[in-house]
Amino acid sequence: MPPILSIQNLRKAYSGGFEALKGVSLDIEEGEIIALLGPNGAGKTTLISTVCGITMPTSGTVSVAGFDILTDYRQARSLIGLVPQEIALEPFERVINTVRFSRGLFGKGRKDAAVEDILKRLSLWDKRDNQIRELSGGMKRRVLIAKALAHEPRVLFLDEPTAGVDVELRKDMWDIVEQLRADGVTTILTTHYIEEAEAIADRVGVINKGEILLVEDKDKLMARMGQKQLDVQLTTQLDAIPEALAGYDLALSQDGWTLVYSYDVNAERTGITKLLTDVANAGLQLRDVVTRQSSLEDIFVSLVHENAEVTV
Amino acid sequence: MNWSAISAIYVFEMTRFFRTLAQSLISPVLSTSLYFVVFGAAIGSRIQEVDGVSYGAFIVPGLIMLTVMTQSISNASFGIYFPKFIGTIYELLSAPVSFLEIVMGYVGAAATKAMFIGVIILITSFFFVDIEIAHPLAMILFLVLTCISFALFGFIIGIWAGNFEQLQLVPLLIVTPLVFLGGSFYSISMLPPVWQTISMFNPVVYLISGFRWAFFGLTDVPILTSLIAIAGFTTLCLGAVWWIFKSGWRIRQ
Repeated sequence: MPPILSIQNLRKAYSGGFEALKGVSLDIEEGEIIALLGPNGAGKTTLISTVCGITMPTSGTVSVAGFDILTDYRQARSLIGLVPQEIALEPFERVINTVRFSRGLFGKGRKDAAVEDILKRLSLWDKRDNQIRELSGGMKRRVLIAKALAHEPRVLFLDEPTAGVDVELRKDMWDIVEQLRADGVTTILTTHYIEEAEAIADRVGVINKGEILLVEDKDKLMARMGQKQLDVQLTTQLDAIPEALAGYDLALSQDGWTLVYSYDVNAERTGITKLLTDVANAGLQLRDVVTRQSSLEDIFVSLVHENAEVTV
Repeated sequence: MNWSAISAIYVFEMTRFFRTLAQSLISPVLSTSLYFVVFGAAIGSRIQEVDGVSYGAFIVPGLIMLTVMTQSISNASFGIYFPKFIGTIYELLSAPVSFLEIVMGYVGAAATKAMFIGVIILITSFFFVDIEIAHPLAMILFLVLTCISFALFGFIIGIWAGNFEQLQLVPLLIVTPLVFLGGSFYSISMLPPVWQTISMFNPVVYLISGFRWAFFGLTDVPILTSLIAIAGFTTLCLGAVWWIFKSGWRIRQ
């Protein structure tokens, strides 16, 4: 099946000369949920804005279900829904009117049943006649989602949907995305939070300085992130790893004061108890024990580092 | 053509108008009444008829034009500036709509509102002076064209403006003086010859003159010239709007 969204060598340079996207290529399959992770200024929002038509690409192509976003913009855009990062809503408008407006704007005729369904799914039905300024921040975010879904899009972009949102609403958002997946909607979301990607995404893309550094199945990425390190600090300095401990995946720190043990936190047995017993049996005394988990940041930093070496 | 989008924008904008109906109508009706009191009664009683028309009646077309022009500009400029200001423009830019459809929605709504107010002023004026409209169809044509062309002009200002001050700048500094000096309250023929010549460079003169002709059959300039002037202004604004969307100026980076 051809990808629902195909981005090929997309570049975007702003008029000031800043290159926000440096040749991004990405294919997204229909029905999948992909999370784009990256620090502020990585190009996540520019990528979304360019696909959605808010900014013009400098070069490269983007197609949605085979429709080019420039030459067939009507067909392409009518398949896309966008939930922006910032809450941007007309404060005096009523909830139901603003959702109807979005539906009409995207070329769909008035259909009250569809609007009602969306508002109910987003727990907004009771608030339908409220002015938007009367709503809480979380409710406003729901309205943004309702607007994006009003024309029944096949591809949904969520630009940092849970930034500054409380835990409960975050959970609700994830449920909504899960429901949409059941309806066959493809979702692309950007986030700072690895837990978010972990909770809902099928694939994770890491983007930095306008380049995609990695796109990987979430499970594989999680496995890499499941690596943990145990630092066993000793009271005596070693020149080499003792014979008695040769069976372990151990490294000796450069100064010789610490044994570094890597293990998989998801494994049934980590081997820590046995290691520590054997360390004691080898006649070594412990000064301290520290564990460290490799985080997305570690992966990210190493990716950025590799990336820098390649470009130098 | 995405008619559904045009109607969505139009209805959305008109809802704003009806939401604030009282203030949308009270202010122009009140200011028009004040003009009638000040210019019609106080000053008008000292001015004899202008070309056979009582001064009170003579200023009606000018008053309507004054309000309709400023309302068209402010409605359209605010209509498109506000989404830019609060950020909801993202939706417009990501929607499957062409520039023509966006303009038709916003300019159509702004022109409708202005026309609505123009008609209210006309009705108000019936309470103050006796008026007969010589060419009703021509009057409607001039009213519609003026509303549309000035709403287009307002749309351009709204796109251009970077803050609320700039939004007010052009209407206050350029449009209001041009309208006041465009023969709203006097006939150009009442001016000294030098000023008559200078007035011919004011585009508003042609609009007010044409509109007044529709009421009383009187003109400062030939009616055809007036029509050409307003058609020219409309074309100019349309061209500018087309270029704005083509180039993405101040909207799409």
